[in-house]
Amino acid sequence: MSWQGKILRVNLTTHEITPEALNMEWAKDYIGERGLGTKYLWENMDPKADAMAPDNVLIFATGPLTGTNASTSGRYAVITKSPLTGAIACSNSGGKFGAELKYAGFDLLLVEGRSENPVYLLIEGDEISLAPAEKIWGKTVWETDEWIKKQHHNPMLKIATIGIAGERGARYASVVNDLHRAAGRSGVGTVMGSKNLKAVAVRGTGGVRVKDPKRFMTVTQEMKNLLAEHTGGLTKYGTNAMMDTMQEFGGLPTRNFQEVQFEGADKVDAKAMMKTDDTGHTNLLTNKACFGCTIACGRIAHIRQDHFTIQNRKEYWHASGGLEYETAFAFGPVIGVDDIDACTFAGYLMNEHGIDPISFGVTLAAAMELFEMGVITTEDTDGVPLNFGNAEALTVMAEKTGKQEGFGVMLGLGSRLMCEKYGHPELSMTVKGQEFAGYDSRALQGMGLGYATGNRGACHLKHDTFEVDMDDQTGDGKADPCKTSQDWTAAVDSSGLCMFTMGAWGAPEFAAQLDADSEGDWTAERLMESGERIWNLERMFNLAAGLTKADDTLPERLLKDPAPSGTAKGKVNELDKMLPEYYDLRGWSEDGVPTDDTLGRLGLG
Amino acid sequence: MQRSLHMEPSLCTGCLQCEMACSFEHEGEFIPARSRIRVFEFEHGRTSVPYTCTQCVEAWCMKACPTNAISIDSDLGAKLVSAQACVGCKACVSACPFGTIEFNPFSGKVDKCDLCGGDPQCVAACPTDAITYVDAGASGVGRMASAAQQINQETAS
Repeated sequence: MSWQGKILRVNLTTHEITPEALNMEWAKDYIGERGLGTKYLWENMDPKADAMAPDNVLIFATGPLTGTNASTSGRYAVITKSPLTGAIACSNSGGKFGAELKYAGFDLLLVEGRSENPVYLLIEGDEISLAPAEKIWGKTVWETDEWIKKQHHNPMLKIATIGIAGERGARYASVVNDLHRAAGRSGVGTVMGSKNLKAVAVRGTGGVRVKDPKRFMTVTQEMKNLLAEHTGGLTKYGTNAMMDTMQEFGGLPTRNFQEVQFEGADKVDAKAMMKTDDTGHTNLLTNKACFGCTIACGRIAHIRQDHFTIQNRKEYWHASGGLEYETAFAFGPVIGVDDIDACTFAGYLMNEHGIDPISFGVTLAAAMELFEMGVITTEDTDGVPLNFGNAEALTVMAEKTGKQEGFGVMLGLGSRLMCEKYGHPELSMTVKGQEFAGYDSRALQGMGLGYATGNRGACHLKHDTFEVDMDDQTGDGKADPCKTSQDWTAAVDSSGLCMFTMGAWGAPEFAAQLDADSEGDWTAERLMESGERIWNLERMFNLAAGLTKADDTLPERLLKDPAPSGTAKGKVNELDKMLPEYYDLRGWSEDGVPTDDTLGRLGLG
Repeated sequence: MQRSLHMEPSLCTGCLQCEMACSFEHEGEFIPARSRIRVFEFEHGRTSVPYTCTQCVEAWCMKACPTNAISIDSDLGAKLVSAQACVGCKACVSACPFGTIEFNPFSGKVDKCDLCGGDPQCVAACPTDAITYVDAGASGVGRMASAAQQINQETAS
């Protein structure tokens, strides 16, 4: 079977490093990655602990399929308590780091305590140590990656690290692996920084064996063929093909969600990335795969060398990770910017300094609205006029936030705290303190319900009501697809594979791969049930942490201000109609608490 | 017809399916560290370049081997390592200018590409045709055709 059967417990307070046996019973109940990490978190910390305190626990978890040749098998997740939301955080990433951890012999890393001095964890075959990180504390993600490889004369190391933002406590710092893939959301990098853990560097020279190799090879090949039939658009255009769909539909949050369509969308969309301009420059260079991925939706781009952002900064005259839909939304429509080079540069800065682009962009959008209202002035913003549409403000503030300098410290608090500080909490486009992704809840009703009930706050990746939302723009019948897709996505996120396969593979396709891979008698039904168990355990963590029904809501702007244009013109989100139906379907009380029957049914009692 | 592996880096996405297929074929598990083919990335992933043994005709590894453990498969042109004869001295590793024959600390022998007996698994696994198994005497034809097409366009315009 594909589990290594081993986890690594790292106590940063005592510097003790202890391999432990993987709890296989938990793996059978929680699949792996997101689910298994949640179970380990639940069993190893008090949800009431301060997210920045040593007793928060930080988990890096692989899935059963991570490191196999199933397509998209490079995923790992970082699970902890979020300093942005006070709720559970679960951010997953691709690249090569996750598979490397598995090849190094560990299914999961559990980090607890806080080191007195900055350290990084080095796993090089069977040599495992905590090494001093003073020389890289204060260095960027890219400098850290290079330094560690040189220090150990090992270019094959795969490195997950925080940048300066995570060291200095920006609340939505990410963990970046392989230079430009990130466990981006909810401040998982902030927790890493609070523990004085700069990086995890891994070289794995071992292998992964599956339960039934012959069956596994056959089924994964069939699944790759099926995937190829469905994902051509993702390969060619990347996720930013969504920009045009949302623009046309009127679901593209613009200027801090005051509008739902952006006049400059065609300047930052997937086609704009592929267009050769009059100087012969094309933003997009090539597409790029994460480990094991036969889709390759990743974008590698470069910035015009004569662009104002980098014309005097040769160090950025290289290719790197390009715009995805969410970064294009967060640096484009939501702040009214239509400069593709500035957006691309902001993306570089997010990866270089380790920041979540969605939270940054949507926080900047709120700051811009505050600026245009006159609540803040250039005296607050280091002399930078924060008008909507100001591309220079985007890149200057991205860098300041990354380095936690000047007004960047304020932006690093996230939109909820910043807006409260300036006396305008209604301008914060967040749920549970986490900023929205690029889908407007007035045009996409089920998306709004998914945002409101999201266990990590506003998030577009933990449910999938997209098709039913496009078909019908009322709140009717959205609770069921929202709940079902939340459970299903929890299962997918726990498998070690990427959710971008979901357009081609349903539960039977996942179950077929998983059952040939590892123990557990995996069927579609067992996967769905496990997904529901995972969702409910996340909910229990949040309730124990002190969150309540009152946190399952949307900002007033989406509940009271009608969409000004598009297909949903005149509509608001119908959360009050959907939420009671959703609680009922979940088997939760009117207060959003799982009933004893529900917990018993899921083995959580 | 003798065939050879042909790598087209511009088509490679860096997914490493080739490394998994190779290691599974030879080791029975997914262990990229023991793959005979490796993919290298440059400039933040702008390019990904697969590389493996090109089966030299006058092979340095073969000439350096003191126990004659490396022989030629006359049909495939592949240089094959005999596990019985290899003593793990690594003379071939030192001799190979390309680094494509490697010592395996687990077996105490050396590993190299053997073209999978004429059905290279890296080729079968590659989702973008970045690795193909083509006529060894015409592996440059694809690139010549691209260059010719460019001349054709320039001539036509």
